[in-house]
Amino acid sequence: MRHPRHLPYLYLAPGLVIFAAFVLYPLARSAQFSLYAWDGLGASTWVGLANYADLLADPVLRAAFGHAFVLIGFFSLVPLALGLALAAILTHGRVRGLGMFRTVVFLPQVIAMVVVAVAWRQIYAPDGTLNTALRAIGLDNLAIPWLGDYTWTLPAVGVVGTWVQLGLVTVLLMAGMAKLPKEMYEAARIDGAGPVREFFAMTAPNVRAEMAVALTLTIIAALKTFDLVYVTTGGGPGNSTTVPAYEVYTRAFREGAVGSAAAIAVTLAILIFGINLIVNKLVDRPAG
Amino acid sequence: MTSSRWIGIGGIAAAALALAACAPGAGDATGSGEQETPTEVSTDLASLGEITLTVWDQEVRGGQDEQMTRLNEAFQDAYPNITIERNSQSFDDLETTLRGALTGNDAPDVVQANNSRSVMGAFVGAGLLRGLDDYADAYGWTDRYAPSVLAMSSYSDDGTTFGEGHVYGLPQTGEVVGVFYSTSALADAGLDLATVTGSWEDFTDSLATIKDSGATPLELGNLDGWPAVHVFGPIQGQFADPQEIATLAMGNAGGTWLTDANEEAAATLQGWVEDGYFNDGPNGTDYDAAWADFSKGSAAYLIAGSWLAADLEAAMGDDVGFFAPPAPAGRDLATTGATGLPFAITANSPHADAAAGYLDFITSPDAMTILAETGNMPVNDTAALAPATGVNKDVFAAFGEVTTTGHLLPYLDWATPTMADTIGAALQDLIGEQSTPGEFLDTLEADYAAFVG
Repeated sequence: MRHPRHLPYLYLAPGLVIFAAFVLYPLARSAQFSLYAWDGLGASTWVGLANYADLLADPVLRAAFGHAFVLIGFFSLVPLALGLALAAILTHGRVRGLGMFRTVVFLPQVIAMVVVAVAWRQIYAPDGTLNTALRAIGLDNLAIPWLGDYTWTLPAVGVVGTWVQLGLVTVLLMAGMAKLPKEMYEAARIDGAGPVREFFAMTAPNVRAEMAVALTLTIIAALKTFDLVYVTTGGGPGNSTTVPAYEVYTRAFREGAVGSAAAIAVTLAILIFGINLIVNKLVDRPAG
Repeated sequence: MTSSRWIGIGGIAAAALALAACAPGAGDATGSGEQETPTEVSTDLASLGEITLTVWDQEVRGGQDEQMTRLNEAFQDAYPNITIERNSQSFDDLETTLRGALTGNDAPDVVQANNSRSVMGAFVGAGLLRGLDDYADAYGWTDRYAPSVLAMSSYSDDGTTFGEGHVYGLPQTGEVVGVFYSTSALADAGLDLATVTGSWEDFTDSLATIKDSGATPLELGNLDGWPAVHVFGPIQGQFADPQEIATLAMGNAGGTWLTDANEEAAATLQGWVEDGYFNDGPNGTDYDAAWADFSKGSAAYLIAGSWLAADLEAAMGDDVGFFAPPAPAGRDLATTGATGLPFAITANSPHADAAAGYLDFITSPDAMTILAETGNMPVNDTAALAPATGVNKDVFAAFGEVTTTGHLLPYLDWATPTMADTIGAALQDLIGEQSTPGEFLDTLEADYAAFVG
């Protein structure tokens, strides 16, 4: 008996309806809001693309996107470099208590970001854990107010991101490395390859797919960072650590500029989508 | 058909759906803020029948929560036909959720709305709050309150003018920003209250004296940006004209930030940073951590709002005192301060009569007594209800003195919907020595000028 051609779509329908109701519809509605000047309370005025033009002209907002790109370095690139080294060592080195170590590295991932941020806010306080430690070893000059410094606050926030993402990246890469056949490594050893050569010639190219997944997840996390900034700095000092998602919040909920907030949100969504498309084109080729 | 194409079609369908829907805000029952012709108001609450009154407040701290609980119980005992359904959240949470709640279908009847243009001003402009003039006449609120207090919750119908027009809310408490001091820390520097409160110059000289004695004069936790508004405001009050400050702070047309007096005030604040009068890194210090540090003796002074009095007294006992910043010779006393958040009635509330009766009840002379008993500063009868001892005695006296013989200056961040964020960031820049006093004023002027047009 032949199935009717549209039967598969019937199976897909329930999921698709939910996806449309909770993702596509709000997305389209946000895109619509971004074309209006609206305070979220009264009547709205159609302004076309004026909100988007204002975004380009607003130095604070341009800086916010710049900060988000800095955070990509801390959330994605640094954890990837460290994670590759860690995963290679953990996979091939005979480490005692590997399971426990893996758990410890992964732990920051399972704690809510707000909790993480509150903890680091304490660490970075002028008389917090970090400065106390620095003073204890005689580095009084390095004991700065980490969340109130125009040079170091953004990196300080970034380091929290590195700490959170490292576990995820490491565990992903370890899973990728575990599926490489042992015989390959034995053959490489017989041919006289050292551990460094082995890593660059065999391990790294073989975990491309895992790298793509890790980069995708961490870049999304970096670009949509909100809770970390909201709790630790509120965008300060000045506007030196504000990020696009935080600007969406302040404009929509504090300043009554819903159209402008929606325009930032839409821009951010397109940006995240675009960057991840590029990452997957570049990194995720079938390992030959 | 591939799944990606399918998603594309879904997206187009959803977009079509969305765009077929009405423009944002068009479906709401909001007018242009015009007041309807007042219907006959009733002050006879017992005859209103069975009513549930929904009240959203932000009275969450110890003494605040206590007074609200007591007043709500007393109100329900007096009027058994009215049930109070209370929803209490922190200041920040209420500010964030109120926008959504007021435009929804089941808006609360009574809400605490900050006087600022970003909250009360925006709600009035959108026609979401009910003007209270008719009830003020019926209940005699204009006799109960000083005109200057009612002005702080008065707007024109369209929300454009702040400080006059119709009354939209009633506050319970008063607030005054001033100087908390530690008696023992002053004594360590060879100073006492009389030597530092003679005049503004005496006060600023004492900062240098304390610094020279090896102690920290001023504690500030400005991680969030807004605490410095409460330091800059009182400084500005010693230099600029109170009327001009009020115009700027209320976002009314006709003012300018670009004056010599304002520049002097900004330069004074930055000078305090350069002279090392503050704790290390005020921009990286948390607000609550700062007052906790002060209570442990980290600095001689903490310039902050009267709402910290109860917490500081609990930690410091009789070592802590409070004074309004002394005025320079030949000037009136002036400092930042205002009322607590006013209680307002939503425009679409079907129980306006009951809500107005509730407002009258929680701001009555009896309510003022309960407020004082629970450690809050009542906005009316303040001097009569002052405690005999402790830091609150100083606070009540300072508030009374500033409101009767001096000038209570509105919070600068009330000025425009964006000013809270603008001035917070600009003050961090000024304190972090990233901007000059002139650049600081330019930033504020740009925000103010864009709003008043």
